[in-house]
Amino acid sequence: MAMLNRMSVADQAINPEEMRATLVDRAAGAYASFEGWIRDNNDGHQVQRLEYEVYAPLAISEGERIIEGAIQKYSLLHARCVHRIGLLEIGECAVWVGVTSGHRDEAFRACRYIIDEVKHRLPIWKKEFYVNGDSGWVNCERCATHARGDFASV
Amino acid sequence: MSKTLTIRYFAIFREHAGLSEETVSLEVETAGDVFELLHARHGAREAQGQCKVAINDQLADWQSPVRDGDTVLLFPPVAGG
Repeated sequence: MAMLNRMSVADQAINPEEMRATLVDRAAGAYASFEGWIRDNNDGHQVQRLEYEVYAPLAISEGERIIEGAIQKYSLLHARCVHRIGLLEIGECAVWVGVTSGHRDEAFRACRYIIDEVKHRLPIWKKEFYVNGDSGWVNCERCATHARGDFASV
Repeated sequence: MSKTLTIRYFAIFREHAGLSEETVSLEVETAGDVFELLHARHGAREAQGQCKVAINDQLADWQSPVRDGDTVLLFPPVAGG
């Protein structure tokens, strides 16, 4: 049933072209997507790699709620999201969101809505491994206000 | 009266606790009570307001009651994307 895998987690590389193909629809006038990539720096630290921990049962059920909400709110034709789990190297795609709709405005807004909600609501954590050998869980060991500011500005 | 609960820890909470799961007997009423007791026991520093909790695989709020036999999942601040 398609509804059950609109939100998924993957332990292998995400293939955006494959994901895009699942959204094709003759009624769609717009397709928008977002890819979150692993960058080589964060908060002044040189990042070497990153590890995502995901509590999949709830990440999937809550992700489905987010996508269903977006479909209703923006009258989308289709929407999907996939999030990586495990160790990722610089440049890899960590999260992909794609939506289709009749017109571009809904597609852009829905795509933004889904990635913002995914960042706030899903039980997903990332641990950064730095070039200098240190490591740290993002939003935990630094400071609480930093985490709030980060969320608010995304 | 104390309740027997299974507690699951994730990410930095697992590192603070030194384990991913434990069964505990606690005198608590709510998920928030569980957080406060275990947070102190394991020396965690993250504020409750930035953390999340699930009871038996359902997201809950800190006022949610816990019952004998429940599994409580303690989630540190999330950072997806």
